[in-house]
Amino acid sequence: MAKRAAPEVNAGSMADIAFLLLIFFLVTTTIETDSGLNRKLPPIEETEPPIIKEKNIFQLSVNKNDQLFVKANGNDGEVIELKNLRAAAVAFLDNGGGAGDEACSFCRGKKDSRSSDNPDKAIISLQNDRETKYKTYISVQNELIAAYNELRNREYQRLYPNDGMNFVEANKKYIDPRTTDKKVKDRLKEKLEAVKLLIPQKLSEAEPKSN
Amino acid sequence: MSKFKKKKDGGIPAVNTASLPDIVFMLLFFFMVATVMRQNTLMIENKLPQANQVEKLAKKDLVSYIYAGKPSSQYSNLGNHARIQLNDKFADISDLRRFIREERDNMREELKPFLTMALKVDSEANMGLVSDIKQELRKENALKINYTTRQGDALGNQ
Repeated sequence: MAKRAAPEVNAGSMADIAFLLLIFFLVTTTIETDSGLNRKLPPIEETEPPIIKEKNIFQLSVNKNDQLFVKANGNDGEVIELKNLRAAAVAFLDNGGGAGDEACSFCRGKKDSRSSDNPDKAIISLQNDRETKYKTYISVQNELIAAYNELRNREYQRLYPNDGMNFVEANKKYIDPRTTDKKVKDRLKEKLEAVKLLIPQKLSEAEPKSN
Repeated sequence: MSKFKKKKDGGIPAVNTASLPDIVFMLLFFFMVATVMRQNTLMIENKLPQANQVEKLAKKDLVSYIYAGKPSSQYSNLGNHARIQLNDKFADISDLRRFIREERDNMREELKPFLTMALKVDSEANMGLVSDIKQELRKENALKINYTTRQGDALGNQ
């Protein structure tokens, strides 16, 4: 018998099938957001609030029209724009006006005696109105976290200049599941904890005002 | 002479589309890999606010989601105040504690302390609702929370 070549399969409709599947996945795809601002809520048990010097508090309140009002550094309070909030928070945290035991060796601020003693003492207190929009709240939170991150980055780079990373990048690497080497992880954790201890996030939120 | 003429006879040759399926398949695989099927059907508007100081949520199985926002247009008979959605249905603020307990019960014992509540709240919702949610979470001792946001400039929220 003569050798016959197998007839070629017609693949012309392959593209159509692939297109059909493609369109199905295009329609069903929702790129899920799985990132956000991590916060920790305070436990509910009532403890006596510690006595804090007024100069160590950065009192920030947001009213129902999403306007920001800040009272700190011994002034009577002023309206502040959201875009200026980060710089104001950094200036407050980094002030380092303390003396003696409360002196701050690494602060680069103005050392104003009417502002915070050191980053460990400095507290940012946030008060919302019940009518405040969530997006404003998130913006404010974002700017305050950014202020802390700015200082933590600076300190991380000052303490560990050979890492070639800043605090945020180091934290990212620590969280990343691809970082599997336990030694690397432990070392990162140690450094992160040291910086966190230097500049703790002391952000207290008061019960929102209702009217 | 005729040798040269012949070539012009055929007109424009057809474009070869043999590699088209390959291109389409490539796109297809991209979308297949990138797709996450939605767990819950949203019954509320859920336009998340933007932020840029975000951290990634590491492990999906440690996270449970609380949605809030005003009912979407097909449920507009429920009014236009922001509401909470848990799993696939609307919920009341009083259902939250039961929800958290159920989520905890579904987790392995050693992972229970790591439960993170992700708050997916619409940007137009007001803080009253959010702080009520936070209060309930505190009562149930679920203290790790995450405000889920889109990546972007926070000043652009206004």
